[in-house]
Amino acid sequence: MDRRKYLKTLAVGSVGAGLLIQSCETEKPQTQQAAVTHTIDRTPAEIAREEKLRAETFFNEHEMATIAVLVDIIIPKDDVSGSATDAGVPDFIEFIVKDKPELKTPVRGGLRWLDVQCMKRYNKSFVDCNAEQRIEMIDEIAFPELAKPEMQQGVAFFNTMRDLTATGFFTSKIGIEDLGYVGNRPNQWDGVPQEVLDQYGLQYDERTLAESVKFDT
Amino acid sequence: MSVFQIKETPKSYDVCIVGSGAGGGMAAYVLAQAGIKTVLLEAGPLYDPAKNVTQLKWPWESPRRGSSSPHRHFGDFDAAYGGWELEGEPYTHKDGTQFDWFRARMVGGRTNHWGRISLRFGPNDFKRKNIDGLGDNWPISYDDVAPYYDRVDQLIGVFGSKEGIFNEPDGIFLPPPKPRLHELFIKEGAKKLDIPVIPSRLSILTRPLPDNKDRGACFFCAQCNRGCTVYGDFSSSSVLVKPALQSGNVDVIPNAMVREVITDNSGNATGVSFVNKDDLQEYTVNARIVVLAASACESARILLNSKSSQHPNGLANESGLVGKYLHDSTGADMGGILPHLVGRKRYNEDGVGGMHVYTPWWLDNAKLDFPRGYHIEYWGGMGMPGYGFGSGIQYTNGKYPGRDGKMKPAGGYGASLKDDYRYFYGATFGMSGRGEAVAREDNYCEIDPNTVDKYGIPVLRFHYKWSDYEVKQAKHMKETFKQIIESAGGVVTWGHTDTAANQYGLAAPGRIIHEVGTTRMGDDPRRSVVNRYNQAHTCKNLFIVDGGPFVSQADKNPTWTILALSMRATEYMIDEMKKQNL
Repeated sequence: MDRRKYLKTLAVGSVGAGLLIQSCETEKPQTQQAAVTHTIDRTPAEIAREEKLRAETFFNEHEMATIAVLVDIIIPKDDVSGSATDAGVPDFIEFIVKDKPELKTPVRGGLRWLDVQCMKRYNKSFVDCNAEQRIEMIDEIAFPELAKPEMQQGVAFFNTMRDLTATGFFTSKIGIEDLGYVGNRPNQWDGVPQEVLDQYGLQYDERTLAESVKFDT
Repeated sequence: MSVFQIKETPKSYDVCIVGSGAGGGMAAYVLAQAGIKTVLLEAGPLYDPAKNVTQLKWPWESPRRGSSSPHRHFGDFDAAYGGWELEGEPYTHKDGTQFDWFRARMVGGRTNHWGRISLRFGPNDFKRKNIDGLGDNWPISYDDVAPYYDRVDQLIGVFGSKEGIFNEPDGIFLPPPKPRLHELFIKEGAKKLDIPVIPSRLSILTRPLPDNKDRGACFFCAQCNRGCTVYGDFSSSSVLVKPALQSGNVDVIPNAMVREVITDNSGNATGVSFVNKDDLQEYTVNARIVVLAASACESARILLNSKSSQHPNGLANESGLVGKYLHDSTGADMGGILPHLVGRKRYNEDGVGGMHVYTPWWLDNAKLDFPRGYHIEYWGGMGMPGYGFGSGIQYTNGKYPGRDGKMKPAGGYGASLKDDYRYFYGATFGMSGRGEAVAREDNYCEIDPNTVDKYGIPVLRFHYKWSDYEVKQAKHMKETFKQIIESAGGVVTWGHTDTAANQYGLAAPGRIIHEVGTTRMGDDPRRSVVNRYNQAHTCKNLFIVDGGPFVSQADKNPTWTILALSMRATEYMIDEMKKQNL
């Protein structure tokens, strides 16, 4: 396919993708429009910076749509918890690239690289591909040790997206519950629970038991 | 009419302290208890962990999920306003050297976000020249400081265990917390190598202090670095400055960037001049005695910028040594995975905000190719996820079978990847060495002749290189860490590819944020800046109580020694005031 046809197809694809999103109401979470309330200590300079970042628009609709599809491929809904989009990961990614501008070009460029690869293979952008085509494409870049050398930029991009998705998911309420993290609350640390010590064949020695902080139950 | 004028603060004080961190906070506390009218200037804003709260917040309460930001280098929840780069406050380097200079700008300074590692110097640490011929001895000894360490232990509270190790003096300890799971494996593994792993010594109240109703006991949320709403750990802001303020004898002026110390025609200090960051006006404040505690390099900067006919090279710089002998701790790290910890049972493993065990220096340097030791800090376990959680899973999930017992190619996506994050959670761990560097005159900071900051204050220029001693020490750290990880049943996953070409992964100077030495202590005014009581040799009513006076740093974090020496120096100061010598 010659270059002019690529670009034209891509443009058509983008418009198509935009329409596709509007017409197909997915369970995408509402984007926050309300003023941000801060529940953690913020200096005036931090509040000002955050307001500035939130007012900025970086990703366009097509890019956000592509991100939404990608993150749900990376972390889908399963019988433990919801998907990455359920956990608000696309909005997290949208914010974080503005917060860390060094991510802007790698993610934007990676999304475009992905679309161009799909154009070459299927004559459609990534989001316009069907599920089977999307997975076929992702399979080329999701396994660093197996990928072909010419896919290396895609591997680097997918590594980044995998990392961002994992961070965004497991720091969300859904993700923390999924992980089973039960800290971040007042506690009495009386050592590793006995059943876990037994599991690994460990025990505290006499001296440790005698000296360590004790709790009245 | 000009609105720009230098305004004199109407009230006159006995003592003016610059800096509210460990040294300045302790000086303010001691002076307040003695009824001495004191003003405490702090370059940053007011900060109170009970009011400026990030403790017990969830990662999703930050849009960057706790990642670092330009305003908080160590993370969005970290109690550190400041970082390596401050807008409008540059610093420079010469001869292609590197020194990264951290500034926390807030009441309490770095003690709000530090690691709470509270180690006494040992007898050897005051007399290193006697042992290896390098550097200089302190003019004082452990015996001079021991009574103050005791009082600091009792005033502030520190947990630990009595071990009877000569150069790791035991303190007056609160009970330590039991080791975590990965710490038990490390202990077992290190034992096989004859490397000691003992309870850590952190200034965290595992028990309430008997005479202190203002501070609560630790509730094991592992978030000391966020500041504690019940003051269960040591921050100068909560433990020293707050009571000082409550005494009514101390005024705190926040957002005050000190420009210079003012002196009279005889060369005595009479007060300081500062910029009020809120109204950007210039002010002076007068005092009988000036105490600098702005952190080692910042205090040196103030002195070097305080030139006068009596002190042409900068205040108290007749020796020419202000800014010299700058040294920071060394640092190198390694991490691994404990393969048998995959699929861990979940329980609350937070504990205190730091390691429950550590390794004090255990070898004889006379038998090694480097002169000074290091201690080892450990981390790992099921911590609260933050930005970066799960990063780089492709380096792990291809090497070990997943929950189904099968191997699969690294990386991937989908349900099996999602389960990998769960499966490998809490199985990683690591360690960091913190070692003593040898203080050298040709590692220093000086005033950059060409550059001022946004307040018009000339900035610092750094000149610093690690020596072969530090590089060899880092090499030893790496070799040791690999042994410990493998002996504990672990597999090294990162930090093992460093070589001489990158100085074995030695952290850049300044990165450990233990910089000391710039206003060194000594008996000889030609070879030191302050005397045995942190008093400037050539300006009797000037004291320096941050890390600047350290002659050598030890393989131990400086804070506890800063506190002890500040208490000692301030009591001496009060005594001299009573005797009318000051």
